[in-house]
Amino acid sequence: MSSVDDLAPLYRQRVSLFWWARRRSYLLFVLRELSSVFVAWVVVYLMMMANAVYSGSAQYQEFLDWSARPWVLLLNLVALLFLLLHSVTWFNLAPQAIVVRLKGRRVPPRLRGWLVPPRVVAAAHFSAWLVASALVALIVLGVG
Amino acid sequence: MPDTITLQVARYRPDTEREPRLQDYVVPLRKEWAVLDGLNYIKDQLDGTLSFRWSCRMGICGSCGMSVNGDPKLTCATFLDDYAPGPVRVEPLANFPIVRDLVVEVNDFMLKLRRVKPWLLRHEDKPLDEGEYLQTPDELDDYKKYSLCINCMLCYSACPIYGLEPEFLGPAAIALAQRYNLDSRDEGAHQRLDVLSTDEGVWACTYVGECTVACPKGVDPAGAIQRYKLIAAKESMLDLLWPRGAR
Repeated sequence: MSSVDDLAPLYRQRVSLFWWARRRSYLLFVLRELSSVFVAWVVVYLMMMANAVYSGSAQYQEFLDWSARPWVLLLNLVALLFLLLHSVTWFNLAPQAIVVRLKGRRVPPRLRGWLVPPRVVAAAHFSAWLVASALVALIVLGVG
Repeated sequence: MPDTITLQVARYRPDTEREPRLQDYVVPLRKEWAVLDGLNYIKDQLDGTLSFRWSCRMGICGSCGMSVNGDPKLTCATFLDDYAPGPVRVEPLANFPIVRDLVVEVNDFMLKLRRVKPWLLRHEDKPLDEGEYLQTPDELDDYKKYSLCINCMLCYSACPIYGLEPEFLGPAAIALAQRYNLDSRDEGAHQRLDVLSTDEGVWACTYVGECTVACPKGVDPAGAIQRYKLIAAKESMLDLLWPRGAR
């Protein structure tokens, strides 16, 4: 394939520094990318908590006091919001990736109404999330 | 309804200009006129030096893609009336190098398209006298949506990942790979896997979804990419547990 490079200089369009502010979808995308940092933080936080529990009640109490500091609370609140964004967008993505087949026939994705498979796929994921969260809450609150 | 509308058209003449600038043209505003009709009016009546690509004027050829008020559009299917009273900003497709005025350089896309082998691949071709490869309507339905792509590149223009990481294979190429992967007559899915399941392939996409919004033919490249991620993940797990050579 011949190139026009040697005929005339091409003008390379630059991506603006604020490209992510141009559209809601771009902003949401950047926030979702950013959310991975907070997911990593929550993993670290949970490991610290597990370590504190393992180290005995004095250390656990120390960890609880540290967790009650305003900046840790604030950080965890922001992390919770980003985790919710991460999870909701993830589950909304599931129907895009999964094609539901019934009796070997693909279900028309454009049918409207509550029994549309993409919605069912998303609903199943959200329900499973809710059940898992309820179970965790039951264990944590029940034992506490 | 006013009689005229102003088009702010990006001009870039590499022999005299270092960067594009907008030039205003006043064109008649007619209900049935698309942005492309306005551009053709400029070319024929006002300024013959304006360069842009177009051909079919009916949303089939995919050559008249441009950025209209910042959104990637087929200018033959975007009506001036919807932007009244104007002005309407017409620029070349974002994310592509500009050759001149509204004409962009598309070699990168053409090369990427070839990499996914968008044609029927068979282990062994059937002898001609055995006739055509048959397919049921259901099998056709599996890939038909993806076969409607007209290579207009609006999806590349809408994709911020492609703008930031030009190595990304991109929405249309992946959707077209899926068009053949899902075709019951095709046996080339494994050959395409090596191109698709890479950092520059489906894994570069983090699902912005704007490619599907921009697509004028309802191809849904974002959906195609997400579907393929599932396949790619499954294949790499399978490769780990049960290498392809041993199967």
